[in-house]
Amino acid sequence: MKIYGVSILAGCFLAGHILGDLLGKFFHLSGNLGGVGFAMLFLILMYDYLKKKNLLHEETESGILFWSKMYIPVVVAMSASQNVKAALSGGWVALLVGILATVACYLLIPIFTSLSQKNN
Amino acid sequence: MEDLIKLLDKNGLVFAFLLVGAVMSVSYFIAKRLTNNKVPGAAIAITFGLIIAYFGKEKGIASVPAFSGVAILGGSMLRDFSIVSTALGASFTEIKKTGWVGFFCLLVGTVVAFVVGGSIAYIMGYTDAKSMTTIGAGACTFIVGPVTGAAVGASSEVIAISIAIGVIKSVFVTILTPFVAKRLGIDNPQSAMIFGGLVGSTSGVSAGLVATDPKLVPYGALTATFHTAMGCLICPSILYYFVQLIF
Repeated sequence: MKIYGVSILAGCFLAGHILGDLLGKFFHLSGNLGGVGFAMLFLILMYDYLKKKNLLHEETESGILFWSKMYIPVVVAMSASQNVKAALSGGWVALLVGILATVACYLLIPIFTSLSQKNN
Repeated sequence: MEDLIKLLDKNGLVFAFLLVGAVMSVSYFIAKRLTNNKVPGAAIAITFGLIIAYFGKEKGIASVPAFSGVAILGGSMLRDFSIVSTALGASFTEIKKTGWVGFFCLLVGTVVAFVVGGSIAYIMGYTDAKSMTTIGAGACTFIVGPVTGAAVGASSEVIAISIAIGVIKSVFVTILTPFVAKRLGIDNPQSAMIFGGLVGSTSGVSAGLVATDPKLVPYGALTATFHTAMGCLICPSILYYFVQLIF
């Protein structure tokens, strides 16, 4: 059943968020530290495990795939609910920092990519 | 009219499905007919989303009556839920290949954004340690900014600026990525992970990668989410400490 897939996804999502929350508490920060990242790792490991044990039906998988196909529309809805007006009215500091800091990080990408290729 | 608005607000999520579906179909039509698929439909749709948001207030178009459901569909719960689901296409062996370089990216990306942000803040007249730290943190992501600002006790004006920086960053990354991806070599899982780790901004990275190559989304999103974690961890602590030492 499709709900099994959705349910597995929900389990990984919540487990990741709980771990992220605990980490946040541990470091005394009012935030969730990498909950989504942990959830993704859980799902990847869970998927590998179920696949190996031959426990994953196509129907189950399609329950997860549906949500990954919904990703683009969700991002469009997210963009539509951003505070774009405030971002533009944050003044020159916001605009300068936002753009220059991003450009600085982009410039580092080729350096790290070649590092990672040498590493392999 | 009033009854209609009430009805749409009550069934907000369903109305959002209809609305976003319409935006998607128009965008993909434009991408195919007008640009011959040279500009990805997803990029056009996201840009439309941002333009639509301009007509609203704090929550973009969702602040306008009848459109409140857009914030449910695009809110953090469903966004994170669908981001996590994209991990299904990722392979653990590819992730392992990036290894320590991936971790190093997170650290360098956070520090570089922080230093650039803090320096500009100083030049623009925000010379106290709290403001510089908060603005520098905002240069990581729009979550790191307010978390750090609250932790060090910055003024609400500065916190608002730090959020604005994060939003500008995510918009900028969304628009820029498809155009520079090839030149920067973002065409495989490893470089996508490096990109996510360096740039952060989960929303910008994943939206930018969707428009570049949807297969790369899980890799970029994975490291990008840890970028926020890294920022929340070191900005209000170690980095704030160094800023206090210097100024």
